[in-house]
Amino acid sequence: MITLKEIIQKLNLEVMSASGDFDREIRGGYVSDLLSDVIANSKEGNIWITLQTHPNIVAVATLKELAGIIIVNKRKPEDETLKKAEEENIPVMVTELSAFEIVGGLYELGIGRATENAKEV
Amino acid sequence: MAEDKKYTKIQELTYELKVGNVMTKKVVTVSPKKTIYKLRNILHTKRISGTPVVDKGKLVGIISTEDFMKCLAKGETNIPVEERMTKKVETLYADEPLVHAVRKFDQYGFGRFPVIERGKGKLVGIITKGDIIKGLLKKLEIDYHKEEIHRYRASHIFEDIVADRTTLTFHYNVVGEDFNRAGESASGLKRTLFRLGIQPDSVRRAAIAAYEAEMNIVVFTEGGKLTVSVETHRIKIEASDSGPGIPDIEQAMQPGFSTAPERIRELGFGAGMGLLNIKNCADKMNLTSKVGKGTHLEAIIYLNQR
Ligand SMILES: Nc1ncnc2c1ncn2[C@@H]1O[C@H](COP(=O)(O)OP(=O)(O)OP(=O)(O)O)[C@@H](O)[C@H]1O
Ligand SMILES: [Mg+2]
Repeated sequence: MITLKEIIQKLNLEVMSASGDFDREIRGGYVSDLLSDVIANSKEGNIWITLQTHPNIVAVATLKELAGIIIVNKRKPEDETLKKAEEENIPVMVTELSAFEIVGGLYELGIGRATENAKEV
Repeated sequence: MAEDKKYTKIQELTYELKVGNVMTKKVVTVSPKKTIYKLRNILHTKRISGTPVVDKGKLVGIISTEDFMKCLAKGETNIPVEERMTKKVETLYADEPLVHAVRKFDQYGFGRFPVIERGKGKLVGIITKGDIIKGLLKKLEIDYHKEEIHRYRASHIFEDIVADRTTLTFHYNVVGEDFNRAGESASGLKRTLFRLGIQPDSVRRAAIAAYEAEMNIVVFTEGGKLTVSVETHRIKIEASDSGPGIPDIEQAMQPGFSTAPERIRELGFGAGMGLLNIKNCADKMNLTSKVGKGTHLEAIIYLNQR
């Protein structure tokens, strides 16, 4: 059981848009830079890891009711993206780490495994 | 039945709310060096029946009117509070769910618990049963209000309109190549459908279909229209444009097929999955197109009627 807030602290993420539910429990995530792929395969409540920075990522996250977006490789989201994120209550974070490293970090926090367990129950 | 529901709602809230959300933050405290005599004044003027004893922000004890009466009986009014206070204080953390507080009140029968910050022992508030009740009522009211706004807005519209058949139609203009506004029609549609009280799963599917159709218009044409009509039994989404058209529809439907140019792929479009996503979300989908004339897409989602 880990919340978005704890993930942010433990993985040292920089919060770029702080409106949204940071106490939400995160059970799984999805990594992709292809928007339609995220729409097809992410699950509600997932944390999304991507290098895309344009406003449409917020639309996708809203559509799929994702818990938040982590932008990797130190890329900065566009202003318009952050404006939309505030409006739609989608937390947006950035990290210097690569997608590979951040996913590793998330797994170490037990997130990927939690999804599997949830399925078994 | 209704009673049951209310009861579980309150239970739910005691898990959702934190002690810190309902506690009183302005706490009257007394320092350990103050005399019992001075304590009397504090209790009296503030009309309270007990107070935490705090030394440099840290909680070190608690003292109640009862302790004070005992001192009075023995004539010990000049000794410092620290000599008569209870040192082992039962406390709560601000980040604990309210349900812990409820249990603690049951378990100890005390009138109040000091609330401290985890780790530091710093006093941040105090909680009484009254605070819990006030907090719950406030939250119930807010939740109720939120729900009411939504329900009130539109969800009875179909029942209120007297007709043999009612169709609500929404029009959205989609601007080609405007990637900043792309997706706004679908977001707007999603919000609207929720307000109509349509089942969340159907709303989600409709919103995804609308989004993918909208994005295709943005990416591949100079603009078009999204028209969504809602009846009690179904949602129909139509996307039409007078753009370049699709030469081979079967091919366009294949997963991974995309003619999106490189600069658009860099933005994450062009996975070649959009049309497939529409097909998977819709109960029925129909795509027609004429090269040089335009494209028309129709997707239908059936609603379970309640
Ligand atoms: N409205 C349209 N006008 C012209 N061509 C279209 C239109 N919609 C789709 N197409 C064609 O069909 C192809 C497949 O569309 P689809 O939505 O499945 O994938 P995509 O848009 O290329 O990528 P994705 O949707 O995954 O971002 C497109 O690449 C394009 O060639
Ligand atoms: Mg598409």
